[in-house]
Amino acid sequence: MLLQSLPLVFVLMGVALYTVLGGADFGAGLWQLLAGRSARGERIREYAHRSMAPVWEANHVWLIFVLTVFWTAYPEALGSIASTLAVPLFIAALGIICRGAAYAFRAGATSARESGLIDTMFSLSSILTPFALGAAIGGIATDRVPVGNAAGNLFTSWLNPTSILIGVLAVTTSAYLAAVYLAADAARDGSHELELAFRTRALVAALLAGAVAFGGLFIVKADSHRLFHSLLSGRALSGVIASALAGLLALGLVQRRRFEAARYLAAVAVAAIIAGWALARWPTILPGLTVYQAAAGHDTLVWVIACVLVGGAILFPSLALLFRLALTGRFRAAEHAAMDATSHAPSDSRRGLLVRSAIACLIAGFALLNVAEAGWAHAIGVVCLLCFIAIAFRAIIFGALGATATNK
Amino acid sequence: MAVSGVSLAASLAPVDQHYLLEARQMQALSFAVHIPLVAFAISFPAMVLFVEWMWLRTGDQLYQTLARRWTRVIVALFAVGVITGTVLSFEMGLLWPNFTGTFGSVFGVGFAIEGFSFFLEAIFIGIYVYGWGRLSPRLHLLSGVPIVITGITGSLTVISVNAWMNHPGGFRLQDGRVTHVDPFKALFANTYLWHELVHMYVAGYIVSGFILAGCYAFARLKGRWGRYERTALAIPLTVAALAAPVQILIGDWAARDVAKAQPTKLAAIEGLYSTTRGAPEHLLGWYTQDRVKYGIEIPHLLSLLAFHSWNAKVQGLSAVPASERPPVNIVRIAFQTMVGVGTLLALIGVVYIAIWIRRRRLPESTWFYRALVACGPLAVVALIAGWVVTEVGRQPWVVYRVMPTSAAVTGASGIPVGYAVLAASYVVVASGLFWVLRRLARAPLDLPSSDPSVDPVPA
Ligand code: HDD
Ligand code: HEM
Ligand code: HEM
Repeated sequence: MLLQSLPLVFVLMGVALYTVLGGADFGAGLWQLLAGRSARGERIREYAHRSMAPVWEANHVWLIFVLTVFWTAYPEALGSIASTLAVPLFIAALGIICRGAAYAFRAGATSARESGLIDTMFSLSSILTPFALGAAIGGIATDRVPVGNAAGNLFTSWLNPTSILIGVLAVTTSAYLAAVYLAADAARDGSHELELAFRTRALVAALLAGAVAFGGLFIVKADSHRLFHSLLSGRALSGVIASALAGLLALGLVQRRRFEAARYLAAVAVAAIIAGWALARWPTILPGLTVYQAAAGHDTLVWVIACVLVGGAILFPSLALLFRLALTGRFRAAEHAAMDATSHAPSDSRRGLLVRSAIACLIAGFALLNVAEAGWAHAIGVVCLLCFIAIAFRAIIFGALGATATNK
Repeated sequence: MAVSGVSLAASLAPVDQHYLLEARQMQALSFAVHIPLVAFAISFPAMVLFVEWMWLRTGDQLYQTLARRWTRVIVALFAVGVITGTVLSFEMGLLWPNFTGTFGSVFGVGFAIEGFSFFLEAIFIGIYVYGWGRLSPRLHLLSGVPIVITGITGSLTVISVNAWMNHPGGFRLQDGRVTHVDPFKALFANTYLWHELVHMYVAGYIVSGFILAGCYAFARLKGRWGRYERTALAIPLTVAALAAPVQILIGDWAARDVAKAQPTKLAAIEGLYSTTRGAPEHLLGWYTQDRVKYGIEIPHLLSLLAFHSWNAKVQGLSAVPASERPPVNIVRIAFQTMVGVGTLLALIGVVYIAIWIRRRRLPESTWFYRALVACGPLAVVALIAGWVVTEVGRQPWVVYRVMPTSAAVTGASGIPVGYAVLAASYVVVASGLFWVLRRLARAPLDLPSSDPSVDPVPA
C-alpha cells in the first residue's frame, strides 16, 4: 500500500516545488512584460532576468522529475492524461521552448531593442506555460480525463470553467511568488527602489490571487459539483483552510518586508492546497483508476523510490549550494591563479614512454574488442581504447600547445 | 511473435492513427535537433575544464579567456539542449502514450535517473557559469567536475532505454499486461547498451571536437590566426583526431552486436535479401527488387566482418515477412554515410597526428584547414545518420519484436498541426542559436595587450 502510494507523494511534492520555484521563474516573465519601456521598466526587466538566469534551469527540471516519476510508477495514467490533454501539454512545451530559447538568446543581445524583443517572447511564453499546465490540472480535477488512449475530449477537457480558473490562478500565483523572490533578492542587493517596486507588485498579485481563488469557488461549484464538495468537506477542508491561513500570513510578512519567511509560507500555502486536493481524491487518479490499480509492479516501485531517495540526498545539498551562490554571492572573490613557470610538456624520454604505452593500448584494444569474441574481452578492449585516447592526448597536447606559441 | 499477438493493457488499446508517419517524423525531427546539442553537452565541459586547468597550472591569461568564452557557448547550447530534451519528454506521452503507458514501468527508471542526472547537471552548470570570479579558482574547477560526470550518467541511462527498445528484456507479457518487471535487468544488464553508450560518447567528442576546430580553421582562412586561435584549434582537434580512428573500431563492435541481436537490421544495413553463407558486402548502390544494384561487391566481406568467419551464414531480409522489414534504402544509405564520413574523419585525424609527430607543428596547408571546416558539419551528419540506422533500422517495431510503432501511437488528432508548429519553432530556435553564437564569437577578445602573438596574422 505504502509502496504504491509513495511515488505519488513524491510526484505531488514535485508539483508543489515546481509551482513554487518554477512559478517564481514564470512570474518574473510576467513582470518583465508589465514593466513597460521606460528607463525604470528597463531596470526591472534587467533585474528580473539577472536574478533568474542562474537558477531557471534547476527550477525547470522539477517538471522533468514529475513527468519521469509519474510515467514510471503509473504508466497507464500517464498515457491517458497525455493523450487526452495533448493540446495544453503541447502548448506548455512550446512555451518552454520559447522561454529557454529566450534565456539562450539574451546572451547575444547588445541593444535595448534586441533585448526588448527577446523579453517579450520570454514574457508571453511565461504566461502561456503556467496557464496551460494549470488548465491541464483542471481537466484532471474535474474528471474530464478518462482512462484510455485519447478517450476524452481534446478541447473541453481543458477549455472549461474550472480549467480556465486554475490556469489563471497559476499565472497570478506565479506573479506573486516571483515578486516576493525578486523583492528578497533586491533587499539583499541593497537596492531599495527595486525592493519597494517588487513589494508593491507582490501585494497586488497576492490580493488578486486571493480574489481569484475565492471567487473561483463559485465557478467550481457551478462547473463541478463533485470537486466543490470534496474540497469543502472532510479531509480536504483542512488543507484549504491551512492554505488560506498561510497565504494571509505570508501577505503580512511581505507587508513587513520579511520576504524570506514569506516565501516559505507561500510554499506552505501551495503545498497545503495540493495536499488537500490529493486527499480529497485519494485513492483515485483518474475516474475508475485508483493509485493501487495504476501502480507499476513491485520491483519498479522499489527502484523508483530508491532512485528518488538517493537522488534527493545528492540533489538537495547541491541545490542549496546553487541558491546560496545565486542569492548571496558571498563566495570569496577571485584570486589569481598560481603562477607556475615550470613547463608541463613531458620530457623527451617521458614522451617516448607515453607514446609507447598509447600504441600498446591501441593494439591491445583492437585485439580485445575487434578480434576477440568474449564479453569480458570487449569490456577491457573498450577501456584500452579510451586509455589510448587519453594517453595519446597527454603525449601530444603540451607540445602542440607549445607549438601554437610560435607556429604560424 | 506476430504483430497481432501484441495485446496491450486493455484500456490503452491501439488506435487507427491516420498520421502515424507524421508522428514518426515529428519524433525524428526532435531527436535530430536534440542529439547534436547533446553531443556537445557530454564532451564540451571536459574540454573547458582542461583549458581552465591549464590556466591554473600556467597562470597564462590566454587560457582563462578561452575557458570563459567557451563557457558562454556552453550556456547557450545547454539552454537549447534543455528545451529540446523537455520536448522529447513530452513527446513520450504526447505521441506515444501507449508505449509509455504499457512499458513505462519497465524503462521509466532509466529516465528517472536521467532526470536526476540532468538536474544535477543543471545545478552545477549554474554554479560553474555564475561562479566565474566568485569562487576560488580551485573550487571553481572542482565545481565543473560534476557536469562531466552527470553528462556520462545521463547519457548512460537514456541510452539504456534505447538499448532496451532495441533488445528488450527484463519483463514478461501476460494477457497484454506487463508483468515480472525487473528494471535493473531490463536497463543495465543488457549487452546492447554498451556499444551504444561508448559509440555515442566517443561520437560526442568527435562532433564537438571537429565543430570547434572547424570554427577556428575558418578564422584562419579569414586571416585571424593569433595564438588564441591556434590554441583553441589545437585542443579540440587533438581530441577529435584521436577519437575518430578509435570510432571505427567501436563501430565494428557495434555492427557485430547488431548482427547477433537484430539480424534484420543488419540485413537492411547491407541490403541482403536471402540468407547467405559467405555473404558479400556492397559499397554504394541502391537496393531494389530484392538486391543491391550498381554497388561494388566485395565477396565474403560481410560474413567476415559480422561473424569473423569466411563462410558464416548471414540472415537475410526474407527471413521475416515483408511487413516486418525496415525501409532498406534509408537504413543502408544512412549507414554508408556514417561509415564514409567516419573514415574520412579518421583520415584527417591521422594526417594531423602524423604531421605533428614528424614535424612537431600544426599543419600548414590551406587545404587542411578547408577540409577541417567541412569536417564539423560532416560529423553531425554522421551522428544523425547513425541514429537513423539504429532507429529506422528497428522499424516497424518500437520495442523490437514486441510492440509495433503503430500500436504505440496516440489516438489524438491534430498531429500534423503539432508537427508544423514544432518544426517552425525549431527553425526559429536554430536561427536564434546561430545568431547568438555568432555574436559571442564576435565579442572582442579581452587578452592582455602585452602579448604580441595575438595580433591578427594574415594567412
Ligand atoms: C560522429 C559520429 C559517428 C561516426 C564517425 C560513426 N558512427 Fe556509428 N553511430 C553513431 C555515430 C557515428 C551514433 C552515435 O549516431 C550511433 C547511433 C546509435 C548508437 O549507438 O550510435 C551509431 C550507430 C552505429 C551502428 C548501429 C548500432 C545499433 O543499431 O545499435 C553501427 C553498426 C555503427 N554505428 C557502425 C559504425 C562504423 C562501422 C563506423 C565506422 C566508420 C561508424 N559507425 C562511425
Ligand atoms: C533514448 C531513447 C531514444 C533515442 C536515442 C532515439 C533516437 C532516435 C533518432 C535519432 C531518430 C531518427 C532521427 C532521424 O530520422 O533524423 C529516431 C527516430 C524515431 N524514434 Fe527514436 N529514439 C529513442 C527513443 C524513442 C522512443 C521512446 C520512441 C517512441 C516510442 C522512439 C520512436 C522513434 C520513431 C517512431 C522514429 C522515427 C522512425 C522513422 O522515421 O521511421 N524512439 N529516434
Ligand atoms: C527519448 C529520448 C530522450 C529524452 C526523453 C531526453 C530528455 C532530456 C531532457 C528532459 C533534458 C533536459 C534536462 C534538463 O532540463 O536539464 C535532456 C538534456 C540532455 N539530454 Fe536528452 N533526452 C533524450 C535523448 C537523449 C540522448 C540520446 C542523449 C544522448 C546521450 C541525451 C543526453 C542529454 C544530455 C547530455 C542532456 C543535458 C543537457 C544539454 O543538452 O545540454 N538525451 N534530455
